[in-house]
Parts: sequence; C-alpha cells; structure tokens
Amino acid sequence: MFEGWDAVVLARAQFAFTMSFHIVFPAFSIGLASYLAVLEALWLATRREVYINLFNYWLKIFAVAFGMGVVSGIVMSYQFGTNWSSFADKTGPVIGPMMAYEVLTAFFLEAGFLGVMLFGLERVGPRLHFVATLMVAIGTLISAFWILSANSWMQTPTGHAVNADGQFVAADWLKVIFNPSFPYRLVHMVLAAYLTTSLVVGAVGAWHLLRDQHLAGARVMFSMAMWMATLVAPIQILAGDQHGLNTLEHQPAKVMAMEGHYQSHKDGAPLILFGWPDQREAKVKYAIEVPKLSSLILKHSLDAPLAGLDTVPRENWPPVPITFWSFRIMVGLGFLIMGLGLLSLLMRWRGMMYQSPLLHHFAVLMGPAGFIAVLAGWITTETGRQPFTVYGLLRTVDSASPLAAPAVGSSLIAFIIVYFAVFTAGVIYILRLMAQPPHPGEQGPTKDLPARAAGITPAAGTAVEGAR
Amino acid sequence: MIDLATIWAFIIAFAVFVYVVMDGFDLGLGILFPLFPQKTDRDVIMNTVAPVWDGNETWLVLGGGGMMAAFPLAYAVLMPALYTPMIAMLLGLVFRGVAFEFRWRTQKARNKWDIAFAGGSLLATLAQGIALGAILQGIHVEGRQYAGGWWDWLTPFSVLTGVALVIGYALLGATWLVMKTEGELRDRAYHLSWMLLIAMLCAIGAVSIATPFLSVQYTQRWFAWPNIILTAPVPIAVAAVTALLLRALSNKNDHQPFFLTLGLFALSYAGLGISMYPYIVPQSITIWQAAAPTNSQVFMLVGVSILVPLILGYTAWAYWVFRGKVRPGHGYH
Repeated sequence: MFEGWDAVVLARAQFAFTMSFHIVFPAFSIGLASYLAVLEALWLATRREVYINLFNYWLKIFAVAFGMGVVSGIVMSYQFGTNWSSFADKTGPVIGPMMAYEVLTAFFLEAGFLGVMLFGLERVGPRLHFVATLMVAIGTLISAFWILSANSWMQTPTGHAVNADGQFVAADWLKVIFNPSFPYRLVHMVLAAYLTTSLVVGAVGAWHLLRDQHLAGARVMFSMAMWMATLVAPIQILAGDQHGLNTLEHQPAKVMAMEGHYQSHKDGAPLILFGWPDQREAKVKYAIEVPKLSSLILKHSLDAPLAGLDTVPRENWPPVPITFWSFRIMVGLGFLIMGLGLLSLLMRWRGMMYQSPLLHHFAVLMGPAGFIAVLAGWITTETGRQPFTVYGLLRTVDSASPLAAPAVGSSLIAFIIVYFAVFTAGVIYILRLMAQPPHPGEQGPTKDLPARAAGITPAAGTAVEGAR
Repeated sequence: MIDLATIWAFIIAFAVFVYVVMDGFDLGLGILFPLFPQKTDRDVIMNTVAPVWDGNETWLVLGGGGMMAAFPLAYAVLMPALYTPMIAMLLGLVFRGVAFEFRWRTQKARNKWDIAFAGGSLLATLAQGIALGAILQGIHVEGRQYAGGWWDWLTPFSVLTGVALVIGYALLGATWLVMKTEGELRDRAYHLSWMLLIAMLCAIGAVSIATPFLSVQYTQRWFAWPNIILTAPVPIAVAAVTALLLRALSNKNDHQPFFLTLGLFALSYAGLGISMYPYIVPQSITIWQAAAPTNSQVFMLVGVSILVPLILGYTAWAYWVFRGKVRPGHGYH
C-alpha cells in the first residue's frame, strides 16, 4: 500500500489532519479558561450561587476538552521531527526557542495549576483557587502568543540570517518574535477563540432555555454569551480586515488566491462573490462579481490597479480553489455571528431575551459556527502561503523527512483511526455534559471522583458549602 | 571545558530525566492496571495521579521542543530514525491521556477506557524503551539526514531495553502505590514491588552486559584505564541502593521504596550518560556538531534559568496540595 504515492503529500495530509483536530480544542479552551476565570471572579465578588454553579458546570466540560487538547498537542510537538525533519533542522534555531518558551511559560503554567483548578477548591480555599484558575487562563493566552509568533514568522519571516549549514538563525530576536503579521494574527485568533467559546456557551444556554425559560443558570450564561458575540463580532470583522490588508502587503499571492484574482486588473478589480476557481485554466468559472469592489476594499479606491496571479511565477501559486472557498466560509460565518449578536441585542432591548424561540434556535444552530470559522480561517492562511513553509525562503517539498511513502501513509491511517475513535467519544461525552441543565448545587469534576486524601474529609457538596 | 553545548546537553538530559521521574510512575500505574481488576481499586489508582498527570507529560514536550531548539540536527536525525516507535508512543499517550477524564464520563464504556489506559501506557513505555535502545545501538547518518530504513530500530537489543523500561516503570508505579494508598491495595503493591524489583535488577544486568557488545567505544568508556575509576562507583552505588530498597520493602516503610527506585533510575540514567557522552546520536553526531547557534542557545538559557526553578516550585506546590494517602471515598455514588 502507498507504493507510488508522494510521501510529501501524505506528510502534508497528516499535518493538516492532526493540526485540524488539535486546533479545535485550544480554540475552545482559550476562551473557556477566560470565561471560567470571569465566572469565578463574579462569584467571589457577588457570592451569588448561580456563578459557582455555572463555574462547576463548565469546569467539567473544560476538563474533558483540555485533556484532548493536551494529548493532541504532544503529537504536534513531535510531528516537526518525524515528518518534517529538514524543516526542523533548518528552522530549529529560530522556531525551536519560541516553542521552548511556549512550553516553559505556558504549558507548565496551565498543567501545573490545572490539577488545583479541577480538584483543589476545598483544599486551598477560594482565593488561592481563583489564582489557579487565573494562571490556567493566562497560560492559554501566553501559549497563543508564542505559537502564533512562531507561525507568523513562518508566514512573514524577519530578523533572521542563514548560516553555513543552511540553517535559519536569529539576527534580532525582537524582530523575529514581533514579525510583521504577528500582532494581527494574534488579535484575530484570540478574538476567534473568544467568539467560538461564546457561541458554544450561548448555544448550550439557548438549548436549555428552549426547555425552561426560567432556568437561572441558562439565563445567565446565555446573556453573557450574547453580550460577547454582540460586542466582539464587529471588532473581529474589523481585525480580520486589518489582518487581510497586512497580508496584502506581505503575502500578496495569498490575497490573490483568496480573491480568486488570476488576472491583474489595471483600473479597479471586481469582488468575486462566488465562483468556481479552475487552477489549470487559471480563471474563475461562473463568477458572480461586483465591479471594482475588491479595489475599494483592499486599496480604498474604486479605480486602484490590483495585480493578479499572472504576475507570480506559476510554481509559486497557492492552490486557489481551497483558499478561495475556505475564505468565503470564514467570512460568511463571521457575518452570521454578527447577525446573531444584533438579533440578541434587539431581543434584549425588547425584553424578549429569554422568551424568543427564534433567537434561541438561531443560537443553537450557531453553536459549532466558531469552530468551523476557525478551521476555515486556518485553512485559508495555511494553504494561501503554499508552496512554502517559510514564506518565500523554504519550499514545502524541501522541508519533509527522508521517509518513504509507506511509512508516512501507515502512520496517517493510524492517526485517522485513533483520532476519530478517541475524539468522537470525547465530543459525545462533552455533548452529554452539555445536555444536562445547569442546576443549583452543581458539582465540579470532584463529584465523580470518589477519593479523598487522608486528613481532609470534606462533606459532600463542599464545592458550594465549604467555600461559603 | 564547560561550554554552551555541554550546558544544554545537561539541560535536555535533566528535562528527560524529570520526565522519567514524573511520568514513569503514572505510566507504570497504567501497566499495572490489569492486575487490579476491581473498580474501587482502579478509581483510587487513577485518583493518585489525576491532578498531576498533565504537568508530568509537559516535561516530554519540553524534552522534544528543547531538543529541536538546542540541538536541531539531532532532533532532525533521531525523529525519522525512530519514526515508528515515536508514532506508537504518541498514539499510546493519546489513549491513556484521554482515559483519565473519559472513564468518569461513562458507565457502559468505562471498561473500554480502562483497557485504553492500560494498553496506551504499555505501548508508550515499550516505545520509549525501544527508542532508547535504538539510539544506543547507533543510527545510520549521511550528511545531515537519517539514511537508514524504517525498521532499523527493531533489534533484539532494542526489544530488551523496551521490556526493561516496562519493568522499571511498573516498579515505579508499584512503589508509588505503596506510598499513596493503604490497606489491602498497599499490601498488594508491596508484593508486586518485590517481584518487580527482582525483574528490574535482572533487566539492569542484562542491558549492562549487552551494551558493551554494541560498540568498542562503550567497552573502552567503561572498562579502560583510567575511566574505570570514574565508572566503577556506578555499579557499586546500584548495589547499595538495591540493599536499601530491599530493607525498606522488608520494614514496610511506605515512603522510601518509591524514592529509592528513583535512585536506581538515576544511576541507570547516569550510566547511559557515561556511555553516550559526548555523542547525542551515538557514534555519528556530537553535541557540538548538533548544537544550535550560540544566540539561540543563549536566548533560551536566560528563560530556562529563570523559569525552570519557578516551574519546579509550583509543581512541588501542586504535589503538596494533593499530598497524603488516597482512600476510596464513601457516599459519593
């Protein structure tokens, strides 16, 4: 099996597959960790029971999601070596230290305080426990900082030199870390994580409101989530626009692919809304377009000339169809999310926030929208920078390990089977937890743990009573 | 004499050793899981490590990430050479990692996740041991790349080191249980510790005898004058720690066996270091050849010297919070 296959294509498929599975969990846990910190802070400030109930409700879900994020993340840290050893050798001196800093400043912080956050409330008291929750939340954000910096350097490399062995080396670490696309990517991704989480929380709240309008926990979580979507979705659209302009400056070919611009336009380029990009014929078939709008968006002038892929050597073209469509999926979902936020604002203003089945059904449908948008966004940016791993400097084909196709193909199949089996089960367990309504006296993950250490024998229900 | 590459070799070695210390016992618990078929026992066993396993596995990420950063050439050569054991280890870790949470979330499939926990732990350990053996027996390198086949890692020697590590982690797991549990569960852990200790001594002996036959370099490193003055204390110390361990097990001292077993691991690990130094890929790439440029190593050294003590501090705190014996709970179900 796999004789005659291209080992590089298989390695790319493996990276895309394992990465796509992985990104879903951090995208959710970055937002959820912050949400948990907010809930616990509100509980400490107001002592209203509904907040600690919600905290414990989401903590159980966080525990399952975080575990899946950890195990799928360990795979990523070794994938650079197993399938992309030439890349690891050449970029290790630049990318390696950033990832090492991610481990040292973020992963240890998250993992070190996670145990206390999950199981330690009655052992350390509410204040220290809040510190643990805060550390986990901060850890997820620091992690985003480093990994997005590393990714951004691969997209827009600056501050480096090349040594005699052909390795990239850092000439200026500040320029490497704060490379041109990093600030935009960081803001765009962290906001995406917050939106993703707010949509999940909103969908769960709406689901339970559809069954019982008076459920206190469901009301609070739904309201909080809708505020988040209302406020952050427009900001995210602006941030995305800025990120796009930055991409136009540093990776024009990617924007050409996103826009489907095979041809250059001297006086105003049209915005292609939909169409079927044909990579071989180098044109977008069945295009529905708005004249000159693309120039207006990208250059803020109707008649501004825009270069197309015909100005780029063909061997440097990204795969346009994937980039073009994944971009549209992301943008479309972005506007739908904003629509949900606006509808919730209208209903809130009318006092129908908890009584509108229309709003609740819409929110439930939008539950997975954040995940899909995050995946579509990453597919856009990662296929759009092909055929390079380090943009313009190191080609993807020159990055792979010296492995034969059967080795890469077998491991790909193993990953597919194991990931589907394991993560499907995990998602089912999470959905099962979500199907339970939040209720007074909600227990954290400790509820299901029958064990206690000697010396401390708290009564059942300590999570609430013990902390009062 | 002491240069950056040497310092980094010790840092990576330290990270890997901390990983072995921390994840060794919790992988060992997985390996021993089939020997404790009762649900209450399994719940207790899981709960002794549930709050700390994430942190334990993070050291593995540091070992991998740190190696890519400090010795990118070695990382780029070793990973393809150890391709199959590495993938097997990662998949094993996936199964056992999710089992920690999943088994509490289902009644029906709990047994399946218990099997996943045990099987994943065994697979990951075996793969780590085999990888170690494959590194020791030498790796075929041409230019800056691995040049062997994708089955080179599998030899009788690598299987021996694989089995040896399974025994070693199981012993760590058993002595951990001695420390963290009580009653009948602890008594059975004592019993297991005895048998596993004997097996572990046989394994250490077998690997020690086999290693010098792999290469003349190893033989000279250990037995040539004047090296022998430095190497001879290692087997003597192993004998001394073993004697203490036997005494602790006889006296039923709950805390000592675990730490003495860690002592055995430390000595075996030092032995490995003696065999390998200064090679990071034995017989082909030294730590100086593999070293990242100075500014990469310095940049990270700043972070490591500030952050690692901090990490050890709050990790110790987390262990302290969950200190003491773990008991089956009453009235929770």
